[in-house]
Amino acid sequence: MPSQTPVLQVENIATRFHTQDGLVHAVNGVSFELKKGELLGVVGESGSGKSVTMMTLLKLLPMPPAEIYAGTAKFEGQDLIQLNLDQLRKVRGGKIGFIFQDPMTSLNPVLTIGYQLAEPMREHLGMSRREARQRSAELLDLVGIPLAESRLNDYPHQFSGGMRQRVMIAIALACDPQVLIADEPTTALDVTIQAQILDIIKRLREELGMAIIWITHDLGVIAGIADRVAVMYSGFIVEEAPVDELYGNPKHPYTRGLLKTLPNLKGKRAKRLESISGQPPSLNNIPASCPFAPRCPHALARCLQENPALVNRKNNHKVACWWEPDSGKNT
Amino acid sequence: MIHFIIRRILIAIPTLLVISFIIFAILDLAPNDPTGNLPMTVPAEVREKIRESLGLGQPMHVRFGKWMVQFFVNEPLNILQEGFGITIGDAENRTRILSWATRSPVVDLIIQRTPQTLWVVGLSYLFGILIAIPIGIISAYKQYSWFDQVGTFITMVGFSIPTFFTGMVAIIIFSVQLRWFPMIYDTTLEINSWENFVLQVKQMFMPVAVLALYNASQLSRFMRASILDNLNLDYVRTARAKGRSEKVVLLIHVLRNSLIPVVTLIALGIPTIFSGAIITEQIFRVNGLGQLLIIAIEGADIPLVQTLTFLFAVLIVVFNLIADVIYGILDPRIRYD
Repeated sequence: MPSQTPVLQVENIATRFHTQDGLVHAVNGVSFELKKGELLGVVGESGSGKSVTMMTLLKLLPMPPAEIYAGTAKFEGQDLIQLNLDQLRKVRGGKIGFIFQDPMTSLNPVLTIGYQLAEPMREHLGMSRREARQRSAELLDLVGIPLAESRLNDYPHQFSGGMRQRVMIAIALACDPQVLIADEPTTALDVTIQAQILDIIKRLREELGMAIIWITHDLGVIAGIADRVAVMYSGFIVEEAPVDELYGNPKHPYTRGLLKTLPNLKGKRAKRLESISGQPPSLNNIPASCPFAPRCPHALARCLQENPALVNRKNNHKVACWWEPDSGKNT
Repeated sequence: MIHFIIRRILIAIPTLLVISFIIFAILDLAPNDPTGNLPMTVPAEVREKIRESLGLGQPMHVRFGKWMVQFFVNEPLNILQEGFGITIGDAENRTRILSWATRSPVVDLIIQRTPQTLWVVGLSYLFGILIAIPIGIISAYKQYSWFDQVGTFITMVGFSIPTFFTGMVAIIIFSVQLRWFPMIYDTTLEINSWENFVLQVKQMFMPVAVLALYNASQLSRFMRASILDNLNLDYVRTARAKGRSEKVVLLIHVLRNSLIPVVTLIALGIPTIFSGAIITEQIFRVNGLGQLLIIAIEGADIPLVQTLTFLFAVLIVVFNLIADVIYGILDPRIRYD
């Protein structure tokens, strides 16, 4: 299904925050590309820089304290990072849609659903109020909200969490974006609603054919829907591979550790779930060595001296690690 | 909503009755002698006669009952008659609440004094709001900019220095030294020519400016805090992610939410237009309601104090209700059922 032409090419993005406790390096040179119609999963623990990377692309971070100090993001022949606010506004919500994590707070409590849903269409498609309203009703219908027409006059507090997230999806899809960035869209929802939202996204992706970046810390969710997965740690992508390859043949010790934290449904319940010991490093300095080395069971002497770059091992399986899983059982 | 308003009005009635009794009781229990200002040569029997003629010979509950009848029945009937020419009942023998000091009806005094207060204090409140809201918005949006720094400093000064001080400073500088504005407010001035209009503006300028500065200081800090509370919320990021301009984000998304507490505060503050500017009116010699109250207290004019204080209480109760209703209109999450 995904074609080979990239819609989005991110090159060496780096973002830091100026805080009272000094600099915090949230994203330290992230590169990836997104092909047309592809679903890229981005996983990593809290604070690994997943959300900041994506918000950097549309400059949705408050600046200051945030500062984008390096990198390019090619989208439709222009570099998103270099665009001024007016140019960027044409992309936001129009060509790139964004779904946020917490549907309970992401909608304005004093404006009607109809108004908030019509906003991107009135902004980007120049629709009249009536056209936008009609399209809004269609969109609500598309994301599975019954009695769509009559619910346009309701306020967010009259919707449940799952319903609000559907509204957020409808807002993100309103202008038929080429890219949809979903920032942990199911994290704040309970499991049944999660499944429904996943179904909606899968269905709409097939119907509308957009590329999706799906940020999550839930490896189970991503396994079912992604074409390709990038694993982030400490503001770096440490491993990136097609989904089957990543789950079947993980190469980075961090990815391996993450996968071991998942419960296995097959076979006996043999042992307790494993955890990765230790804490992620502080982000006050860009690490000169591998940021995962202190927690890594396979750390080599070299890991403490040099930070490995993301290299393509084979078949688009990219890993940033000095250690080779197949060479030598123990190190 | 209608049910809520009716219920609140029904609750307000006993509340106000209790308030009127408490005011009456406190004033009655206070050591006070309406003949105290008379010369020492007036003999004790005469003083006693004067007291009796003021109705003080009767027990307290009778006097309270009489005041209630006069306030709740006779005065409204009198207003109907004077204002609309509708006569109900025996207009000749109707007793009104009389001031002890001037022997004129208290309500007439209040009606005479109200326009000055409304003009001076009301205008200052209005100007205060008009200044405060944009300053609050800009200060919050450009937080820590030079505009915000200067604005925050000025509002802090304006808020912390009492009006009787700023008023005095203004009088000394602009009336005494520069002679730009008159020191005393002249109520008898009739606005029938351009010169008189200019004079009126001039005499209103200082009290309005001093009070407006104070009101604006308080309100703009509140406005700024309210905008700042909202600026970092998730829905603002959503609005930006839709491609909305900063103007729309600020003036539609953020302002709608930020105004809810501010408008409530403004509504709650309206009764202070009538009562709160007591000191400022005194300083600028504006003979409004505040000054009337001060004179009544100094002269131990109990009926006037009682009536004025009770009217302020009514205003506070009424504007509390109005604030609640406005809150319900502005915030769709509030439901009064």
